[in-house]
Amino acid sequence: MASTEEIRSGLAEIVNEITGVPADDVQMEKSFTDDLDIDSLSMIEVVVAAEEKFGVKIPEDEVQNLATVSDAVSYIEKAGS
Amino acid sequence: MTGSITGPTTLRPSRILGLGGYRPSRVITNDEIIQNIDSSDEWIRTRSGIERRRWATDEETVVAMSVSAAGKALADAGIRPEQVDCVIVSTVTHLYQTPAAAVEIAHKLGTGHAAAFDISAACAGFCYGLSLASDMVRGGTARHVVVIGVERLSDLTDPYDRSTAFLFADGAGAVVVGPADSEDEQGIGPVVWGSEGEHQTLITQREEWRDAMFGPDGPRMPHLIMEGNPVFRWASYEMAKVARQALDAAGVSVEELDVFAPHQANMRITDAMANALMLPDRVAIARDIAQQGNTSAASIPLALERMLETGDATSGDLALVIGFGAGLVYAAQVIRMP
Repeated sequence: MASTEEIRSGLAEIVNEITGVPADDVQMEKSFTDDLDIDSLSMIEVVVAAEEKFGVKIPEDEVQNLATVSDAVSYIEKAGS
Repeated sequence: MTGSITGPTTLRPSRILGLGGYRPSRVITNDEIIQNIDSSDEWIRTRSGIERRRWATDEETVVAMSVSAAGKALADAGIRPEQVDCVIVSTVTHLYQTPAAAVEIAHKLGTGHAAAFDISAACAGFCYGLSLASDMVRGGTARHVVVIGVERLSDLTDPYDRSTAFLFADGAGAVVVGPADSEDEQGIGPVVWGSEGEHQTLITQREEWRDAMFGPDGPRMPHLIMEGNPVFRWASYEMAKVARQALDAAGVSVEELDVFAPHQANMRITDAMANALMLPDRVAIARDIAQQGNTSAASIPLALERMLETGDATSGDLALVIGFGAGLVYAAQVIRMP
């Protein structure tokens, strides 16, 4: 299982690829909407790519609870363990 | 048993012979839409790619728009109305339960007594109709079939619903399906289609007509409602898989493809599907939605018409078309451009 930092940096790569936001900006405390300016449709694209990359399932109802990068990283950690 | 029934025993090749569209006269800008909803031109453009759309006037009825589009398709095909054996109309906005719009359209086109009926397959309706028409020609049931996708979605759009008010629009698109010269020139690939009724509440009407008329909040129109995010996810990823299956069924690789014309639901869905399909840069992608909005069953033929006009597509090109929408329903096939 990937470490917390590996998940964060993997997620950062995905965010960069889909939205063009620099990967270095994707830090744990950042809010997807307010800090990284990621809209709901891009968020779905990020989630689908993360599901593939980390081999986890992130249901539609959960996506709205993933406000920050840290929320997403911990969800992926838990779902993958 | 006293007798036997005879009928055709061989398949005949089919193809699209001609294409035509009708774009309504009223251009509606995003600035007009946001007078009723808490939104902005920029929000609409970034979330949907829509810059403007067209809404029909009272005179631009489902029948009138269809007759115009189908007349153009017949002229493009070089087929006289009396040579038409069947008219198939896909629409969810012909507001009579009966008779079918197709019957009046067939009559006004001058087809004589061609068979005529409507189908209800929402935004997949054009591809559903195309599949039926192709099989009719292949099976010998009809020689020439007119397939029309037509909508006046503005009639069923809630102008105060910020998730759909900017999205839906009106128009008609038509093709003539008829015989190809040889099996090598088969111009309509096998359909890959289906329905997922377990998701029927994702895009639907707020209530049925009886409740809309006589319920406590009535009388009012039973407007369309949609859960955008799950639909986006389904359309972008699940539909890319269906599109790939349609390529496989036709024996066409992405390298051989010239045109990708998905239902014009949302530019972001088109982009996500194109990415998932890993289309080579040389494949021209339909982006009619920017000017036209989401016209449901009409969107694919309208998009193809624009691509032929602009030179993004030419006659003989191989195009992947896929429709998907309320139901949920979907259908995809590879076609050769007329």
